[in-house]
Amino acid sequence: MNSSETVALQSEARVPRGVKARSGARAFALRFFSGDEIARLLVTVSAACILLVTALLVYELWINSHLSREKFGWHFLGTQIWDPNAGQFGALAFMFGTCVTSLLALVIAVPLGVGSAIFLSELAPPKLSNALTFCIELLAAVPSVIYGLLGVFVMMPLIKSYLHPGLKAALGWTPLFGGPFYGPSMLAAGIVLAVMILPFIVSVSRQVLLAVPNDQREGALALGATKWESTWKVVVPYAKRGIYGSVFLALARALGETMAVTMVVGNTPQIKASLFAPGYSIAAVIANEFTEATYDLYVHALIELGLVLFALTIIINGLARILVSSTSKFSVNA
Amino acid sequence: MTESTRLRSRHLINNIMLGTTGVFTVFIASVLLFILGYLFFNGARNLSFSFFTELPKSTGETGGGMANAIVGSAKILGMATLIGVPVGFLGGVYLAEYGNKSFAFIVRYVTDLLNGVPSIVIGIFAYTLIVMKVKHFSALAGGMALGLMMIPIAVRSTEEFLRAVPNGLREGALALGTPKWRALATVVIPAAKDGIITGIMLNLARVAGETAPLLFTALNNRYWSPGINQPTSTLPVMIYTYALSPYDDWHQQAWAAGFVLLMLILAINVTARMILNRSRFSGGR
Repeated sequence: MNSSETVALQSEARVPRGVKARSGARAFALRFFSGDEIARLLVTVSAACILLVTALLVYELWINSHLSREKFGWHFLGTQIWDPNAGQFGALAFMFGTCVTSLLALVIAVPLGVGSAIFLSELAPPKLSNALTFCIELLAAVPSVIYGLLGVFVMMPLIKSYLHPGLKAALGWTPLFGGPFYGPSMLAAGIVLAVMILPFIVSVSRQVLLAVPNDQREGALALGATKWESTWKVVVPYAKRGIYGSVFLALARALGETMAVTMVVGNTPQIKASLFAPGYSIAAVIANEFTEATYDLYVHALIELGLVLFALTIIINGLARILVSSTSKFSVNA
Repeated sequence: MTESTRLRSRHLINNIMLGTTGVFTVFIASVLLFILGYLFFNGARNLSFSFFTELPKSTGETGGGMANAIVGSAKILGMATLIGVPVGFLGGVYLAEYGNKSFAFIVRYVTDLLNGVPSIVIGIFAYTLIVMKVKHFSALAGGMALGLMMIPIAVRSTEEFLRAVPNGLREGALALGTPKWRALATVVIPAAKDGIITGIMLNLARVAGETAPLLFTALNNRYWSPGINQPTSTLPVMIYTYALSPYDDWHQQAWAAGFVLLMLILAINVTARMILNRSRFSGGR
């Protein structure tokens, strides 16, 4: 191959990228009919579509809640009364229920999830670790309505006959565990949510822990630390931000979770200290009352609840992503 | 003396804590086994041939099936795929192959944002977009809601697998004088094919179990719903409705439906992961 041929080949190869090398209408038409501009247009429009759809989502939520926003203003977030018959709507009881059930889920799921992430990344042989991680990640694939089904028919009776008497005997003197227990309750919702968010905590925390450089472990062990000391005092602090990120990610999931909570939370808009009492959550009230909303203000109030939920999860998700991406370069598929 | 007791207590703590993490892990993994076992036990027992072939019986009568819900689910998932996958796939191609810095950053950020939106809010969106305008519930609105939920994951999985294709392949194709779009369509995308298909399957499995966005878009229907413009029943919504009903017979049907749905979703998950592992080991990525 002589040198002029090589030069010709190289310049050919540059044609698709060297957009600015040839200019003018004729060059554009050439590229257009060769398909390159069409392809670029197609994928760019698709990408722009995603932005457009998201913008439209925010717009529709905002516009379709204007009646309620104008009538109640910020008091919407501060009042507890939810009375469709009187046209009075306040979100406080639902926000309370959403927060309490989600926090309860975190209290249960974080120790369990981080503990087993430690086991999977530090102790288990790789094959066992992969098999167990596979099992735990499959938990995330179980639809929430099935968690709800199991919650109603399996878990609530179990809590009633075993967990409730135990908790009542040990901690019944605190307001948190006072009062009677009928089944549907914030406790039940918290436990179901905990099981549902565990896979996210385990799988993200495990990835973050696996990314800790081995020098850290070896250094601690060389100083005479036991395996646990090296893990707890060196490896876990090193991965701290990523683990916080996984917790926030799980929290965002729990806040927006609808079906399982709707089925076990008891659907009673009230603010009670006891976890045994039934409650309500933002997502649950939307699911239950949306098709029953008979007049515009009612629908708008429900959509404003959706707006509140949207804002909450966006903020928490944003925090989670900042934390996770600052420690590792993993894509977060949760 | 004190030194050795101290050492002993450190070793004791070591063993206790490490043991505890093991117990936690086994506990979580056993939850999955319990769910599978319980649904298998309760679902398979209540499953019959008529479940797949008959319509639901009216209140009070026993028997009947959920044939319309199975077809409805398939129809809505089909529409969701048609809406979500093309946009998501092309968006992913944009991010991996064309994206310039600032616009791609915004697209990526907004995609993550959309992924974090609770499914019930997506349901409200589909409601305001379609149901409010045409004044009745429809399978189309349900498909729209699920399709929207598929977009962000399709984008990110397509982008991820395209990025894993070695640059040598792109350069080789371009060096032969191929236009960029042909290089993508005939060399790069086929190389990432396994991964992209797996991503779509997992995506489909995820939305197949979604209930919340269907509650006030596709609603429910006791009968067949021809076309895409009528309220349509789906398996997840049927499970929800039947589980909260006061009838024992309906509860049993809910278990059967839950079993069918879960087996379907887990089968897709396991197959998808197996395809991925196979192509990974054969160097197909």
